[in-house]
Amino acid sequence: MKLHFTLNGEARTFETAPGERLSELLRRSGMLGVKIGCSTGDCGTCTVLFDGEPVVSCLMLAAQAEGASITTVEGLSRDGKLHPLQEAFLDEGAVQCGFCIPGMLLSSFALLEENAEPYEGEIRSALSGNLCRCTGYENPVRAVKRAARAMRGEEE
Amino acid sequence: MSRDHFHAVGKDIRKVDGVQLVTGAAAFADDFPKERMLHGKILGSPHAHATILSIDTSRAEALRGVHAVLTHENVLLAGAKGARQPVFERVAYTRAGQDYPEPSPWDFFLLDRKVRFVGDRVAAVAAETPEIAREAIDLIDVKYEVHDAVLTPREALAPGAPIVHDEPDARNIEDAGKNLCAAVDVHLRDLEKGLAEADLIVEGSYTVQRVQHAQLELHTAISYLGGDGRLTVIAATQVPFHVRRQLAQVLGWPVGRIRVIKPRIGGGFGGKQEMVIEDLCAALTLATNRPVRLELDRREDLVACRCRHAMELTCRTGSKKDGTFTAMELTALVDAGAYGSHSPTVPTNTGNKNLPRYRCPNMHYKFDAAYTNLVPTGAMRGYGTPQGSFALECHIDEVAEKLGIDPVELRIRTTVRAGDKDELSPHIYEVKTESPGPVDPSEGAGWPIDSCGMEECLVKGAEAISWKEKRSAFDEWNGKNPVLRKGIGMCCLSQGSGVAGIDTANATVKLNEDGSVNLFVGAADLGTGGDTVLVQMVAETLGLDAEDVTIYAADTDIVPFDSGAYASSTTYVSGGAAIRAAEEVRDDLIAIASKLLGESSENLVLENHAVFSSKSDKSIPIRDVATHSMYKEKEQIEHTARFVSPVSPPPFAAQFAEIEVDTESGEVRVVEFVSAIDAGTIISPKLASGQVDGAVSMGIGYALFEEMPVDSSGTQLMRGLNDYKIVKADGMPRLKTIFIETYEPSAPFGAKAVAEIPTNGVAPAIGNALKHALGVRLRELPFTPERILRAIGKME
Ligand code: FES
Ligand code: FES
Repeated sequence: MKLHFTLNGEARTFETAPGERLSELLRRSGMLGVKIGCSTGDCGTCTVLFDGEPVVSCLMLAAQAEGASITTVEGLSRDGKLHPLQEAFLDEGAVQCGFCIPGMLLSSFALLEENAEPYEGEIRSALSGNLCRCTGYENPVRAVKRAARAMRGEEE
Repeated sequence: MSRDHFHAVGKDIRKVDGVQLVTGAAAFADDFPKERMLHGKILGSPHAHATILSIDTSRAEALRGVHAVLTHENVLLAGAKGARQPVFERVAYTRAGQDYPEPSPWDFFLLDRKVRFVGDRVAAVAAETPEIAREAIDLIDVKYEVHDAVLTPREALAPGAPIVHDEPDARNIEDAGKNLCAAVDVHLRDLEKGLAEADLIVEGSYTVQRVQHAQLELHTAISYLGGDGRLTVIAATQVPFHVRRQLAQVLGWPVGRIRVIKPRIGGGFGGKQEMVIEDLCAALTLATNRPVRLELDRREDLVACRCRHAMELTCRTGSKKDGTFTAMELTALVDAGAYGSHSPTVPTNTGNKNLPRYRCPNMHYKFDAAYTNLVPTGAMRGYGTPQGSFALECHIDEVAEKLGIDPVELRIRTTVRAGDKDELSPHIYEVKTESPGPVDPSEGAGWPIDSCGMEECLVKGAEAISWKEKRSAFDEWNGKNPVLRKGIGMCCLSQGSGVAGIDTANATVKLNEDGSVNLFVGAADLGTGGDTVLVQMVAETLGLDAEDVTIYAADTDIVPFDSGAYASSTTYVSGGAAIRAAEEVRDDLIAIASKLLGESSENLVLENHAVFSSKSDKSIPIRDVATHSMYKEKEQIEHTARFVSPVSPPPFAAQFAEIEVDTESGEVRVVEFVSAIDAGTIISPKLASGQVDGAVSMGIGYALFEEMPVDSSGTQLMRGLNDYKIVKADGMPRLKTIFIETYEPSAPFGAKAVAEIPTNGVAPAIGNALKHALGVRLRELPFTPERILRAIGKME
């Protein structure tokens, strides 16, 4: 079965079988930043942006992506240049094992698109669907604040 | 020495694997699939305790796309070829990732005729797709003879209990016929005498539950045979060298023909200090001659891997009126689960990482670890210490209350100082399983405590949370009997840095002609930033920047041996090896530079990519010395060094919790949490505080809601992350972390371990805060709303 959607800004055609999950199709297509921590919608490691909204791709059928625009973490950096969120996660020591990080980055990206100056509580609720067992969320929250400042053009 | 003298150590640098991880590049085991790869799947037992009477695999074999079905008959049932032949010998082994010979009993078999917990291995399948493998599993027909199951250590040790390990070929079990997996009973001097001298004796019992690692990356392995016939396993493991050795043991292969590669790991916390699936994955590859991927799903990860040991603990302390302790006793009844991985050693730590932080001449520590028909327990962050910390630190608060001494003050009076000795631990290590009776106090044996910031941790931590002010302000608040009660509680802690005399690390440092360095270590960074810390240490020693050092970690074909990443050993043990290797390279550089500069070596130091003379100000770039060595002297500068520490210098900490309890709903909210930690020199401040934050978040789950209940048949009720909840981003308190920097003379740059200790104190600090808020002592974890309502008499 043929499927057409925009992946990280590029219109593409995919082959899929009925029942295939979006997370599986994306991993199979080389988007290894889509992680599978549960396959039941509980951990958020498979988060992608579906027309700009964060969704857990393990609960979606690939076929549902027809005509949509999907962004994975691979789409955040452009021409080898990291996104300010990625820079901030590195600078704040927000990456430990890194398994949850692609999902966290995408949830944060969606938040900052809507809200350039989020309060701490807003950041925490935006990240509440992304489980992390390593960081206690402190450094990731700090990183989102730092990225928000950078994206608003404020100096560090 | 302080951090100002260092240029790479003590500074925040980006994690060496950071860019790879934020861009989604291939990093984890599952990111390296192979051509023609099959998918493995395990059939788990539906019974807690049963013998397999018959197992019919014919329908599974007949399914298109199935390549192998393995069962306890050790028979390869190759559907395609139709041949049935024995492929493996029955071998007893342990899957605990420990040095050889493992202290854990050899009580496991690749596939056995008996199953010992719900989820235990019955059979394994390799098939073309995960779907076919799942379908094949459903087609295997098994007839069981079901036995009575033992679900608690008390039941297990009672006379006449069903025996979990009745197979004759298991080895090194303490007393299989009594379900006793392991036991320790150690005395320091004379407990009874100490009790007789006391003005006050306090006794208390405490219970801690099983919890799970819940690391985000599932257990994953990919195995394949190379063109040269060698077996390679890419695995999410903390212990690649132990996995290689145990694979050789169980498959009957030479170690030299096996290669284990550890890529990045998506969290381990001890759960991957264990060969959970690599053995079966490799067996499926040998049975099919095809690459095989075996990945557990989240349900399997919860019901059939490892968890923290549940324990019932009792404490007894004899004290003088002024708080001088004369006797301390800790005993533990330990639930080992169905297999004894880490069960001799985890509960050992329960005593020897807790009691020795107090000054007390007479001590007794004893545990019995019993087999049960539940998920096996194993290594988990803190390795037995959190259980003992919960019991002992709640208990010390009870002692303080009876003595009428402030809990912080009592701990300042009673805890160890630099220059003291830990007299208990050497005895526990030596005797392990035999009770020696009272140990002669005159021999003065003991591990020196050379650095200790405990008092400062207590004082600074108390200041940071405004201990005195809040303690009395909350008393006043609670006195008005509001629905919302407030409490503040604390505790103090100790841990180790590696396992003394056991943990070994090797490192190779190779200098290239441009002055860059390749560092080869066996240490397995499990997401903690261990690789980054090692790079910083080598850069520091050689006057280089971290970017000049490339690290190769944990491919058993390439890097030198390391015991693995556990017991908070990376910074201390692996760091020790890396620095020693770097120092030998430095000495070579200086010797050559001394010839080139015509200066005596004593005057030469490495700084800022060059060898400098402190006397004449002459200098030469390291690059030039390296080029000279390689092309003129025809020698690449390269050294391998090893480190085995005779001691395990303890880090110390004090932790403080401020909480609110809703007395109608029983809900607890942690408002603020302060950790004051002496981990020696802090090599990488942000990574270190990230370790603390993560450890505290895990501790909050342990204290408040994580648990693994089973029904009466021994079946676990927690099936996924929707019911086994872990702390979320909006569930964290305000955190404050203070590092009290001491200098540990035996350690690389004075650094001690940091990754485990901050998880130990969360539950006791919250427990003590609950006592403050409610006036009642809760003795059982986790502090769920029901337990709290029951404790205050609002629920039956
Ligand atoms: S893998 Fe999709 S939410 Fe966990
Ligand atoms: S960094 Fe490991 S799970 Fe978040």
